[in-house]
Amino acid sequence: MKIAISISGNKLESPFDPHFGRAAAFCLVDSETGEWSAHENPALSASGGAGVQAAQFIAKLGAQAVVSGAYGPKAFDTLSPAEVEMYLAPTDEPLTAADILALFKAGKLNKAAAASHAGHHEGHH
Amino acid sequence: MRIVVASGKGGTGKTTVATSLALSAGNSVRFMDCDVEAPNAALFLQPILDTRKEVGIQLPVVDESLCTHCGKCAEVCEFHAIAVIGKKVLIFPELCHGCGSCTLICPEKAISERLDVMGVLESGLTATGMDFAQGVMNVGEPMAVPIIRELKKWNPMSFPYGDDVRGAIATKQSYADGRLLPEGRNDMIEIRDSPPGASCPVVETMRGADFILLVTEPTPFGLHDLKQVVGITRELEIPIGVVVNRDGIGDNAVEAYCAEAGIPILLRIPMERRFAEAIASGKTLVEAAPEYRPVFHSLLQDISARVGA
Repeated sequence: MKIAISISGNKLESPFDPHFGRAAAFCLVDSETGEWSAHENPALSASGGAGVQAAQFIAKLGAQAVVSGAYGPKAFDTLSPAEVEMYLAPTDEPLTAADILALFKAGKLNKAAAASHAGHHEGHH
Repeated sequence: MRIVVASGKGGTGKTTVATSLALSAGNSVRFMDCDVEAPNAALFLQPILDTRKEVGIQLPVVDESLCTHCGKCAEVCEFHAIAVIGKKVLIFPELCHGCGSCTLICPEKAISERLDVMGVLESGLTATGMDFAQGVMNVGEPMAVPIIRELKKWNPMSFPYGDDVRGAIATKQSYADGRLLPEGRNDMIEIRDSPPGASCPVVETMRGADFILLVTEPTPFGLHDLKQVVGITRELEIPIGVVVNRDGIGDNAVEAYCAEAGIPILLRIPMERRFAEAIASGKTLVEAAPEYRPVFHSLLQDISARVGA
């Protein structure tokens, strides 16, 4: 299964970035083969709608699951129909993408059932 | 000739200057209150607002039966307001700026548009026959620019020229560059009362203007915000002049800045209690102090000479 992990860096050992839409990058890793690649997040510099853009990016990468620290309502609404499963990783301890992968494989990550917080946009901006 | 009265800092006297300038201009004045978040010029000019129009932005509506999910709309959208996921198109109205790019680019013509009402335009004549128009944004709407844009190109019923001119300005070509009046009809004066601040609504109000009058007060706040709007006018390459309101308070920093930056100070209005009392009771400056009528008339002639109109 291909999972995308939000990271700040470009390696499997890079630190986990708990932001989704504004993550620096995503590490795409195959949980069976361990094969991985790093991808800069094109939404990092978006003026708005970063969650929507990052979600489309993840879907295009072919990820079936994503691990981040939180999902906004628009990211949630975009990832859901894309059938990308959303997992939450603990944000209170320093973890690397490799640590996250291990937690994922061990089944220790919870799925996000709903958006984690209200959007950053209150109506039009 | 289109004159914008702006300030940067709120409460410096934009509306005081704009209304008195309009009342001293004689005939053929069109007054436009572009401060759509809190329009207040009508309180002073008292127009009969008998014409109304709802305005807003055009939101995309996708016809699922025509859509091939090619994703071109999502690619072109700078605001990520439309996303294509597999066989689904998602639209996020709160991100949409109504630019219409998705509608234009759709190869299947599957996107139509619907008006998302964000406010109203209102217009009417004042007692002196001035053509007055204002935009009023709905409470809770944070995006003022679309309303100002619509206001600038609106053609209210009270427009004092005949149908030939009305027809001419109603065509898209004539206002595409922000120009409101057709060639040869620059004898009419349009005065736009700008919102405060130095962000997009102010830029939109200034766009297409011939001259910008910056009202400031001789205080550090006044100066700070004056510099901000001067920056915008330089970017837009529109000539400017300064009105120092509440002259006599504060310090000389505004004067020093204007001298150094080569910005003419066209008028000084002293700090006087009778002005404040008159304005607090809904009177304009020229009504409270008729001796300012010729002063504002000269200001207008000065501006006219600077514009070369």
